[in-house]
Amino acid sequence: MKFIVSILLTALLSFVSGLYLPWWGIALAAFLVAVVVPLRHGISFIAGFAGVFLLWGGLAWWIDTANNSILSQKIAQVLPLGGSVVALILVTAFVGALVAGFAALAGSYVRKAVVEVEE
Amino acid sequence: MKVVPFIVSLVITIALIVCLDRQWGTVPPIGRFVSPQYGFWQNAESVDENFNASLIFPELHDKSTVYFDGRLVPHVFAENETDVYFIQGYLHAKFRLWQMEFQVMASAGRLSEVVGDKTINYDRRKRRLGMGYAAEKALQEMENDSTTKAECDAYTAGVNAYISNMKESELPIEYKLLNYKPEKWTNLKTAFFLKYMSLELAGGENDFEYTNAKNIFGLKDFELLYPSSQDSVDPIIPKGYVYPKPGVNIVTPSTVDSLYLAKTDSTDIVPANPDPANGSNNWAVGGKKTKSGRPILCNDPHLGLNLPSIWFEMQLTTPSMNVYGATFPGAPGVIIGFNDSCAFGVTNAERDVADFYEMKFKDETMKEYWFNGEWKTTDFRYDTIRVKGKPDVIDTIAYTVFGPVMYDRKFSENAAPKNKYYAFRWKAHDASNELKCFNGLDHAKNYYDYLNSIKNMHTPGQNFVFASKSGDIAIWDQGEFPAKWKHQGDFIMPGTDSSYMWQAMIPQDENPHIMNPERGFVSSANQFPADPAAYPYYLGGNYPPYRGFIINRFLNQMSSITAEDMMKLQTENFNVFAEMARPILIKYMNDSLLEEDEQRYFDTLKTWNLRNDVDEKGATIFEVTWDCLAKAIFSDELTKTKLPMVYPYESTLLEALLKDSSYKFVDNINTDKKETLRDDVTAAFKTAVITLRKADADGRLRWGKYKDTKVSHLVPTLTAFSRQHLPIGGGTNCINAAKQTHGPSWRMIVELTDSTNAYGVYPGGQSGNPGSPYYDSFVDTWAAGKYFPLWVMGQGDVEDKRVKSKMVFGK
Repeated sequence: MKFIVSILLTALLSFVSGLYLPWWGIALAAFLVAVVVPLRHGISFIAGFAGVFLLWGGLAWWIDTANNSILSQKIAQVLPLGGSVVALILVTAFVGALVAGFAALAGSYVRKAVVEVEE
Repeated sequence: MKVVPFIVSLVITIALIVCLDRQWGTVPPIGRFVSPQYGFWQNAESVDENFNASLIFPELHDKSTVYFDGRLVPHVFAENETDVYFIQGYLHAKFRLWQMEFQVMASAGRLSEVVGDKTINYDRRKRRLGMGYAAEKALQEMENDSTTKAECDAYTAGVNAYISNMKESELPIEYKLLNYKPEKWTNLKTAFFLKYMSLELAGGENDFEYTNAKNIFGLKDFELLYPSSQDSVDPIIPKGYVYPKPGVNIVTPSTVDSLYLAKTDSTDIVPANPDPANGSNNWAVGGKKTKSGRPILCNDPHLGLNLPSIWFEMQLTTPSMNVYGATFPGAPGVIIGFNDSCAFGVTNAERDVADFYEMKFKDETMKEYWFNGEWKTTDFRYDTIRVKGKPDVIDTIAYTVFGPVMYDRKFSENAAPKNKYYAFRWKAHDASNELKCFNGLDHAKNYYDYLNSIKNMHTPGQNFVFASKSGDIAIWDQGEFPAKWKHQGDFIMPGTDSSYMWQAMIPQDENPHIMNPERGFVSSANQFPADPAAYPYYLGGNYPPYRGFIINRFLNQMSSITAEDMMKLQTENFNVFAEMARPILIKYMNDSLLEEDEQRYFDTLKTWNLRNDVDEKGATIFEVTWDCLAKAIFSDELTKTKLPMVYPYESTLLEALLKDSSYKFVDNINTDKKETLRDDVTAAFKTAVITLRKADADGRLRWGKYKDTKVSHLVPTLTAFSRQHLPIGGGTNCINAAKQTHGPSWRMIVELTDSTNAYGVYPGGQSGNPGSPYYDSFVDTWAAGKYFPLWVMGQGDVEDKRVKSKMVFGK
C-alpha cells in the first residue's frame, strides 16, 4: 500500500514541480517522497523510478496521441531510434525514471537517519 | 546513518542531472530535451489546436483582431499602421522565430555561436563581404525615414513582445536541439535580413574564374565561351524598342588593353557564390487577352527550397491599406502580393553589381595602400566571432575606398598569391531603404504610386511587374545599377587608382521598362532586360534565355485567358531548350556505333515528347546526355590548368553548335586526331548511357525519380525535418523551374476583377514548428501543381465558416 502511495505521490509531486521548477524538479519530488514515506531502500528506488516512469511515459503518450505522432516520428529519427515512437516514449520515461530512482534512494537514507536520531 | 550509501546515491543523482542537462557534441541536453513538460514533447502541437487568444500589450494603440483561416493564414485587422506591423512582428515570431533569427545569424556571420567551429570560415566570409558594414549603413538610411522607422520599430516591438512572454517550454524545437536561446530582435536584424536577400540575389560574380579564363584563352576566345549577347535573346523589353541617348557618359580607362583585357595574374581563389539558379518568372496580361477583360498578374520567385519556408502568407488591413501576399519572416510588410487596387511581383534582375579590385598595400601590415599616386591609410574593422565551446576568433578586416579587402593570404588559405589583396565593391554596401519600396507597393493605388515606390529599390535589382484594376500593366527592370563600360567588372580590376571605379549609376528613368505594350502582356524570367545591341549600357552576359523565350511564345498564342490557364502555364513542364538542342543530338549521333541497349535509350530520346513530366524517361536521357556533351566539348580546355573555371552557359554551347558544327572547342586538344561533332555526340552518349543504365537498374530513370526534388530544413543535417522524394516535374529551362533543391518558392496568380480572384501556394506551411500539422501542409499541393484560393477577408466576414480561430490584441 505504502509502495503504491509512494509511486502516486512521486508522480503527482513531479508533475507539480514541472510547473514551477526546471526539468530536474522530479529529483526533488522523488527525494521528498522517499523521506516522508517509509520504505526499504530498494523499494524506495523502485517507487521513485516507477512514479516518474509512469508520469513521463504517460504525458509523452498523451501528447503524442493528440499530435498524431507528427513530431515523435521525426524525433525518433533525429535521436537514432529507427523512427520508433514507442522506443522514444520508453526512452523519455526511462531517463526521468532513472534520475528519480536515485533521488528516491538518497531520500530513503535520509529518512533512515532521521528515524535513527528520533529513536 | 549509513553515510556512504547516502552520499553515493546523492552523487549519482546529481551527476545524472548534470550530465543530462548539458550538451555532448551534437547531442542536446537529454534530460531537458525529453522532459514532457519542457522538452520537445511541448512542441508536439495538438492536431486540433486552435489559436484563439486574447492578448494585451501596452505598445498597442487600439484593439485589433487576427482571424486565422483553415490554412493558418492570419488576416490582421488593425486600426492603424503601427499596430498592424506590431502584430505582424508578433505573428512572425510566434510561428517562425527560430528561422528569423537563424537567417540573421547566417547573414551576420554568427553561425559559429550556435553550431561551433565548423562554420568559422562561413562566418568570416560574411564578415569579409562587409555584411555588417552594409547592414549598418542600411539601418541608418531606414531610420532616417520616419515612415520606415515607425514601421520597423513597431515590428521589432512585436517580435520582442512575443519573445518576452514566451515560456521555456514554448521555445522552438531547434533551440532545444542546438541548445541556445533567442536574443531580442532589433531593427538592425531586419537590415541584416534584407542584406541576406541582397547577397542571395545580387551577390553573384565570376570575376576570379573569368580572369583565369581570359588569361588562359585570351580575350577573343573568352568572348566565344562567355559571350555578352545571345542569338536567341528575347529580352524583357521586346526587340525593336528605341532607347534614348544615355544620360551619363562613362569613359573606358586608357590602360584597359594593357592592364585589364590583356593577360594578368591568375589565382586559385574559389569564391562561394549564391546559387546561380536564383531566378524567377513573372508576367502580367492585359484585359484584351483575358476572358474577364481584366489584367491577370503571375509571379513565381525561384529560391532554395527550405523548411521553414522563406515565405509566410498574410493579409494586413488598416483604414489606409488592405494588402495580401507573401511576407518575409524578419521584415515588415508584404513583399509579393496585391491590394484592393493593384498587384505586384518580382524576378531577379541578374545584373553584376559585385566586383573585385586588386589592391597594392605598402607591406603586410596593410596599414597603407597605393591609390591615385599616394599612400592612403587603411580603415580597420575588428570582427569578433564567438565560437560555441571554443575561444573567440578575431578577424581584422581592412577597408579601402572600394570596400573591404575580402581575400588576402589570411583568409584564402593561401589561394591568394603572396602580397595580393582583393577588395570587394558591392552595390549592397551603398546606403538604401528597400522597405520603403514595399511599404509603397502595399499602399499603391495606381501606376504612379507603383513607380514612385519601386524607385526606392536599389539592391537587389528586381524586375517589378505590375497590374491594376484600372487596366494598366507594366514592368520595370529596377535597381540602382552602375553604368559600366564593356567588360567592366567581368575580370578583377586594378585598384591602384580611380580610373577603374564605377563612374556613375544609370539614371533611374533609363532603366528598361514598358507599360501597356501592343502585344498585350509584359513578362520577365531573368533574361536580358533589353536587347544588348540597342541598350546604351553594358549588361554583361549572365542571363538565362529559355524560360523567357517559352513564356513569351505561350503568351503570344494565348487569348481569352483565365486564372486556370495561368495555373497551367506557371506549372508548364515543356522543355524548350530540349526542343532546340535535341535535333543536334539526333543529327550527329553515329547510330552504327551504338550497342543494342544504347540504341534503345536513343530511341526513347528520339520519341520523347519534350516534356519534363514526372514519368518521362526521355527527359532524363536528354539531361544526362547534354551534360556529357558539354563535358566532352569543354573539359579538355577547362582542365588544361588546375585554376578554378566555370563552364560556359548551356545557351552558349547550343547557339555555337546551331551556327557551326565545326565549333572551335569540339576538337579534343589532348588527342592527335581531329574530333568532329559526330565523334563528340556519340562518345558523350556512350558515357551518358553508363549513368542511365545505373539509374535504370535502380528504378530512377523516370525524370521525377531521377531529379528527386526535396525541401530541406535550414539545418541540412536535420533530414527528419525535411520533405524528400517529391513527385514534381519541370527543371532548369522549364517554366516550372523545380530543380532538386531549388525552385518556385511562391506561386501566385492574381486576376484583378472587382472582387480580386487570386490563387497561391508555396512549398512549406505557415508554421515553422516541425511538430505542427501546419509545418509542411502546402508541400503536396505545391508538388502536384495545384493552388489554394487566396481569401481576401472583408470586415463583414467575421462569421464566415473559413474563420477557424481568433486572436484579439488590445492595449
